[in-house]
Amino acid sequence: MPITKKDVEHVAKLARLALSEEEKDTFTRQLEKILTHIDQLNKLDTQGVEPTAHPLDVKNVWREDVCIPWEKADEILEGAPEREERYFKVKKILE
Amino acid sequence: MNELTGLTASELVRLIKGKRASCVEVAQATLDWIAKTDKSFHSFLSVAENEVREQARRVDQSVARNEDPGMLAGVPIAIKDNMLVKGWPTTCSSKILSQYTATYDATVVSHLRSEGAILLGRTNMDEFAMGSSTENSALGPTRNPWNAECIPGGSSGGSAAAVAARMATLAIGSDTGGSIRQPASLCGVLGMKPTYGRVSRFGLVAFASSLDQIGPFARSAEDCALLLKVLSGHDPKDSTSMNVDVPDFTAGLQGDIQGLRIGLPKECFSDGLHSEVKSALEAACKELERLGAKLIEISLPHSSFALAVYYILAPCEASSNLARFDGVRYGLRSAEAGTLVEMYERSRDEGFGPEVKRRIMLGTYALSSGYYDAYYTKAQKVRTLIKQDFAKAFENVDAILTPTAPTPAFKIGEKTDDPLQMYLSDVFTIPCNLAGLPGVSIPCGFSSGKLPIGLQLLGRPFEESVLLKIAHHYLTAAPWHKAAPPFCAEAN
Repeated sequence: MPITKKDVEHVAKLARLALSEEEKDTFTRQLEKILTHIDQLNKLDTQGVEPTAHPLDVKNVWREDVCIPWEKADEILEGAPEREERYFKVKKILE
Repeated sequence: MNELTGLTASELVRLIKGKRASCVEVAQATLDWIAKTDKSFHSFLSVAENEVREQARRVDQSVARNEDPGMLAGVPIAIKDNMLVKGWPTTCSSKILSQYTATYDATVVSHLRSEGAILLGRTNMDEFAMGSSTENSALGPTRNPWNAECIPGGSSGGSAAAVAARMATLAIGSDTGGSIRQPASLCGVLGMKPTYGRVSRFGLVAFASSLDQIGPFARSAEDCALLLKVLSGHDPKDSTSMNVDVPDFTAGLQGDIQGLRIGLPKECFSDGLHSEVKSALEAACKELERLGAKLIEISLPHSSFALAVYYILAPCEASSNLARFDGVRYGLRSAEAGTLVEMYERSRDEGFGPEVKRRIMLGTYALSSGYYDAYYTKAQKVRTLIKQDFAKAFENVDAILTPTAPTPAFKIGEKTDDPLQMYLSDVFTIPCNLAGLPGVSIPCGFSSGKLPIGLQLLGRPFEESVLLKIAHHYLTAAPWHKAAPPFCAEAN
């Protein structure tokens, strides 16, 4: 399936990446080449084959719902680009 | 090179526990050797000098008081920069995390501390573990200790190079499609990806969660067994770590390999295989036969599709895992943004390098509306077929032997313009991750250009012991692992 620059722009928007024009051109070319390689999977008949999401045959892992005190909020907030008191600070969300 | 830095972990622990060498002395010799040589290779992003001396003093005190100093007492170990060590930066060699400091220890790091290991520093890697040469590091490439014009492999290239260059006795890395085994092969050391679920991933920065696994780098099978024992075990903080017995891998090295059946997949030994890699593997096979192993030709009919499956599944999981880097809670925030969405978009564009963006784009595309079934579900189905190939093969053999990498180390810059060529470096290592199996790369010879060649052994789930036993017997008979890069002798 050919990839167009328009596809790349759409995907970049979904991925929240502000790509430059040069990056858009490069990725259009490179994704096309990689996906052509991947298209060989269509040679295989996989009708009736169950998909594997995970290598281990584990289902839900249960544990008791217990509360463990955790007092490290300040350490975590130290890593934030912008904070105010005990909050992460972001740009205005509502117009 | 000081003689202490050339020893294996098992040898060092014996000396330190026997009070024939002090841990401080070992630590200082290691720091001196790093200071002298790493400017040529760039294995380390940072070395925690003061902490190293402090940790070493504590081990010496504990030995002096006749306490048990731990299984890795005084052994210097390097940590790939995608595992959290409290108080250290963790950057994944990415600009987006350049200002991040870890607030807790990864579970593997806690295990290393409680067994007396000396945490040396953070090693270089391909950004977010995406790459096969360590050239995708935002902090510059690592060089191969056997030839500084060549790449060390990747993504755990810094860890592999540090162990090969005797700058670290042991190291840990992470392996999503070959990122421990391929650099181990290219640097002439041992590197193991344990069974998925053997080692906790808590505190490992996630790349592709159904494939990632932490594992050891070492210079002998004994050391690999020792370190694997320390890293392994169920962790309530990682619900995918399995609650299974952790055997004594060191005891498992004993006994012989008489009658052990080793499968050779015909798909891996085609005419296209690099001739020097092929002859090194053929010689290794003869040696294994001489030691009593039975070699059997097998077939893994879907293995040629593994690369295509991987380059759908790993980018899909990565695009989801890396969504957390949004400039809000940690990491880089662009100063250029007016709105919230612009802040996300620009922070990610400025913070991520080209390979990471490429994989996020690929994964987002494959998961996007209209393509999900054609790519993601299709790849998951072929993953089932690949897993079934292995299950069938392991009915008749106890282990599988393949090349680790298609060629010896290539030159820096040789493949950076062609992502698909770079991806092909992992063609032999990827199937193991898709099936969740254990795999180890061990040295098995050298090319005419004096570059290491490695072979890969794959085993049934949770049968790392079988692989380590074969590795131990092979290397006892053919001690390729004892060769040090020529610069070590020259630098004295």
